[in-house]
Amino acid sequence: MNQSVDIGAILPEMILAGTIVLVLIVDAFLSPRRKWFAMPIAFIGVVAALVATLTLIGETRVTFGGAYVVDDFAVLFKTFFLTVALIVLMISSRYFREGRFYQGEFYFLLLTSFLGCLMMPSSRDLLMLFISLELVSAPGFLIAAFRKSDPRSNEAGIKFFLIGVLSTAVMLYGMSLIYGVTGTLNLVEIGRALSGVLGEGRETLVLAAILLIVTGFAFKVSAVPFQFWAPDTYEGAPVPVAAFLATASKAAGFAGLLQLMFVAFPAQYEFWTPIFATLSILTMVIGNFVALQQRQIVRLLAYSSIAQAGYMLLPFALVSADQGVNESAFAAAVTYILIYSIMTLGAFAVVVAVSREARSLQITDFAGLGKRAPVIAVSMTVFMVSLAGIPPTAGFWGKFLVFSAAIERGEIGIALAIVMLVTSVVSLFYYLAVPRQMLFVEPDQERRLTAPVLVTAVTVLATVVVIAVGFWPELLAHFPPLATLVGQ
Amino acid sequence: MTWENSAITIATLLPLVGALVIALVPRENEQAVRALGIVFTGAALVVAIMIAGGFDYSGATQLQFELDTRWIPAINARYHVGIDGISLPLFLLTFVLSFLCAIYTWRFVPKPGKTKAFLALMLLLETGMAGTFIAFDLILFFIFWELVLVPMYFLIGIWGSENREYASIKFFLYTLFGSIFMLLGFLAMYFSSDIGGGVHTFDIVALQGYAASGGFTDTFQLVVFGAVGLGFAVKVPMWPFHTWLPDAHTEAPTVGSVLLAGVMLKMGTYGFVRIALPVLPYGAERYAPWIGLLAAIAIVYAALACLAQKDLKRLIAFSSVGHMGFVMLGIATLTTIGINAAIFGMVAHGLITGMLFFCVGSVYDRYHTREMAEIGGGLMQKLPYLGGVFAFVAIASLGLPGLAGFWGEVMALLSSFEPATVLSDAGLTGVFRAFMIAGGIGTILTAGYFLWMLQRVNMGTVPEKWKGEAFPDVVAVEWASWVPLLLAIVAFGLFPRMLLGVTQESVEAISHVFGG
Repeated sequence: MNQSVDIGAILPEMILAGTIVLVLIVDAFLSPRRKWFAMPIAFIGVVAALVATLTLIGETRVTFGGAYVVDDFAVLFKTFFLTVALIVLMISSRYFREGRFYQGEFYFLLLTSFLGCLMMPSSRDLLMLFISLELVSAPGFLIAAFRKSDPRSNEAGIKFFLIGVLSTAVMLYGMSLIYGVTGTLNLVEIGRALSGVLGEGRETLVLAAILLIVTGFAFKVSAVPFQFWAPDTYEGAPVPVAAFLATASKAAGFAGLLQLMFVAFPAQYEFWTPIFATLSILTMVIGNFVALQQRQIVRLLAYSSIAQAGYMLLPFALVSADQGVNESAFAAAVTYILIYSIMTLGAFAVVVAVSREARSLQITDFAGLGKRAPVIAVSMTVFMVSLAGIPPTAGFWGKFLVFSAAIERGEIGIALAIVMLVTSVVSLFYYLAVPRQMLFVEPDQERRLTAPVLVTAVTVLATVVVIAVGFWPELLAHFPPLATLVGQ
Repeated sequence: MTWENSAITIATLLPLVGALVIALVPRENEQAVRALGIVFTGAALVVAIMIAGGFDYSGATQLQFELDTRWIPAINARYHVGIDGISLPLFLLTFVLSFLCAIYTWRFVPKPGKTKAFLALMLLLETGMAGTFIAFDLILFFIFWELVLVPMYFLIGIWGSENREYASIKFFLYTLFGSIFMLLGFLAMYFSSDIGGGVHTFDIVALQGYAASGGFTDTFQLVVFGAVGLGFAVKVPMWPFHTWLPDAHTEAPTVGSVLLAGVMLKMGTYGFVRIALPVLPYGAERYAPWIGLLAAIAIVYAALACLAQKDLKRLIAFSSVGHMGFVMLGIATLTTIGINAAIFGMVAHGLITGMLFFCVGSVYDRYHTREMAEIGGGLMQKLPYLGGVFAFVAIASLGLPGLAGFWGEVMALLSSFEPATVLSDAGLTGVFRAFMIAGGIGTILTAGYFLWMLQRVNMGTVPEKWKGEAFPDVVAVEWASWVPLLLAIVAFGLFPRMLLGVTQESVEAISHVFGG
C-alpha cells in the first residue's frame, strides 16, 4: 500500500521528534557545568512545534489512511499540551540544575512523553491510540524515579510502572476484542459497526471489551478505585514530574477517553454511562474526603487531582440520545480539563519554589509565606480558591459548565450534580488549608523566599489567566467550536 | 458608553480598581495606602450619590441606569445591570458604609497590621456587595454574590480575634453550602425558561415575565424556591441557619463586622425580594407561612439568646438575628407594607447595627476586652461621649419611635396583622397574627436586653482597675465616620417618607401578584 503522508499535518510532531534527538545528541557533548543547555534547546523546539500547530488552526487534515486526523479538537489539545510542556520546562529548569540529576536525559524523556501527548488527540484508530498512550507513559516511569537516591522516588517509579503496565494490558485486551467483533481499528468505523444490530454473543463481547477499556483508562486518569498509585507516585517523583503527571499525562488519558466514548462507543451509552456515574461519584467522594487528611502538599495536590478527575468523569455519565446534551457534556469535559491543568500547574510551580528550602514539603512549611513571598502566596491562594471552584476564578466556570450540563441532562444528572456540589464544599476546607498557613500563621523565619525567575513567571502568568477567565469566560469560547467530535 | 448606562458600573468597579492600585503601592507607604482607601471609596460614593441624584423617583418601577450587553454568549449570560427603587437604597448604603469604614481605618487598623491587604480586601468586598444589588442576570448576580466570600474570609481569618480560624472557615463553608443550592435553583430556572423559540434565559426581568405568564409549574416552583431560598436563608441568616453569624461577627475585625451586618446580611433578604418572590410566586405563597414561622422564632430566640450573652459583640451579633427576623416577617406577609417594612428594616439595621459594631470596636480599643463583666459599668463616666453615642444607638436599635429602627419593626408587625390576599384566602390570617404577637413579645424582650446591656456597661461607677487608665474619648476619626450614621438614624426616624417614597412603587410591582 503506497500512500502519501501529509507532512504539514504532522509537522509539530516531527519538529518535536527532531528536538528530542537534538537534546540527546547535544547533551553528550556538553561539559557537566553546561548540561542545563538542554533546557533552552528543548524550549525552543517546543515553541517551534507550537507555532507549527497554530498554523493548523481551522483545518481538517487526514493522513495515514484515516488513522491520524488533525481537526479542531486535535489542534486545541495539541496547543494545550505544548503550552503545558513549556510550563513544565520552565519550572524544571532550576529544580534539575540545582539537584543532582542527569539533565539531558530528563529533558529527552520529558519531551518524548509530550510527543505521545501530541499524538494522542489525533489518533483515530485503536492502534495509534495505544501507541500514543504508551509513548506518554513509558518515559513517565523513568522520570518518576529520577530522584535516584531517594527510595520514595524509586517506589514512585515502580508503582507507576506496574500500574501502567497492568492498565495497558487490560486495555489492550479490550481493544483486541473490539477488533475481533468489528474487524476494524478505525474509531469512526467502529462507531458505525457498533451502532448497527449485533448478534447475541457479540453484544456481550463488546460490552465486556468496553468495560476493560474503561478500566484501563480509569487507571490512567486515577479514578477511584484505581487511584491508589497516584499519591505515592506524585509524592516520590520530582515535583515538576508530578506536575506533568497530574496535568498533561492525565489530560492525555482524558483525550483518549473522549475519543473512544464519543466516537467509537456512543451507541452503547446505556451500558457505560452508569459505569461512569459510579466512577465519578466514588472519585469525587473518596478523593475529596481523603484529601482532608493530607499534611503533605504534593499528596494534597495528588488527592485534589483525583477528586478533580471525578468532576471530569461526570460529563461522560451524562451522555444520552439527546445530541444537545452530549455536546454540552463534551464541551464541559474538555473545558474542565484545560482549566484544571492551568490551576494545577500554577500550584505545582509554587510547590517547586517552596521545595528549594523545605524538602519534605509539609503544608506547615508554607507558614507565613504571605510575608516571605507575597507574590507567590497570593498566586497560590488564587489557585486554591480556583480549584475549589469559587468565583470569580476560572475554576468556577469549569465547575459551572459541568454542573449546567448535568442539570440540562436531568434525572441522573441532578443526582450527580448534588454529589458534586456537596463534595465541592468539602474540598474548600482542604484547599483553604494552604492559604490558612500562608496568611494566618506567622513565619518562623523572616528571610524572604526567593523563587527562580521562570517559576515566578509561571505563577504570575497562571494567576492572570485564572482571574481573567474568571471575569470573562468568553476568553475560552474563542477556542474553535469544541463539539467537532460529537455527532460524527 | 454614556453616563446613563455606565454610571452604576463605574461606581461598582471603582473599588475594584482601587484594590488593584493599593496592591501596587509599596507596603512601606502606609499613609498613602490609607489615603487611597478613602479616595477610592469616596469617589465611588460620589458616583453613587450622583446616581441617586439623577434617579427618576416618579418612575421607580422602571430599571434605570440600565446596561444590558453581551458577556458570555455561550451560556446566554448577559451583563445586565440596572437600578430600581428597591436596589437604590441598598446600593447607596453599601457605598456609605464602605466609605465610613475606610475613614475609620485611617486610624484603626486591627492586628496584625498589613494595612495594604486589609484595604484591598475591603474594596474587593465593596465591589461584590454593590454588584449584587444591581445585577439583573442570575449568573452575574451569583458571581457578585460569591465575590464577597473570599475577601470576608480573609478579613475574619487574618484580622480577627482569638478564635478567627474556626469562625472564618465556618462562615465560608456555611454560606458556600447555601449558595451552591442557590446556583442549582438558578440553573433549574434557566433550563425551564423559554423566551420564545426554545431560548433559555438567566435574565431576572425576563424570568419575571415568564413566571407571570404562568411558565413555571407549581411543583417546579416549590422545589426551586426551596433550593434558592436555602441559599438566601443562610445569608440572612434565618433561624436555624444562623449559627455561623455569632462566630463570624464576634471574631471579625470592627470594619468586617460593620460591613457584614450592615450590608452582607441584606444580600440574602434582597435575594428574596428581587428573585424568589417575583420569579417563583407560587413557591413564595406556599413557603410564606413557614418563613413567617422561622422569622417569629428568630425574633424570640435571638432576644432570649441576647439575654444570656456575656460578650458585648456576641450580644449585638445575636440582636442582628432578631432584627433580620423582623425583615423576614415583613417579606413573609407578601404585602406592600410588609416588603416596604423589610427594606426599611434592612437600611435601618445597616445604619444602626453598623454603628453598634463601631461602638463596640471602640470600646474594645480602649478596654481590650469585650466581656461586659470585665468592663464593669461606668462607661458613661469614663468616656462620656462614647457612652452617650453607644446609649443612643442601643436605644435606636431597640426600636424607639422617632429613630430609624422603629419603622421597620412596627410596619412588619402591622403587615402581619393583615397578610396578603393569597395568604388570608388560605386561612392563614390567624397564623400570621400569632407571629405578630410573637414579634411583639420579641420587641419587649429586645428592649429588655438592650437596656440591661446599657445598665451593665454604661451605668454605674467605674471599677477600680480602670480608674487609673487614661482612655481617649471619641477621637476625630471616629466622629468623622460616625456622625453621618447618627444623623441618618435620626433623619430616617423622623422622615420615613425619604425611604418609603423611593421603594413604594417598586414594591407594589412585586406585591400586587399576591393581592397585597
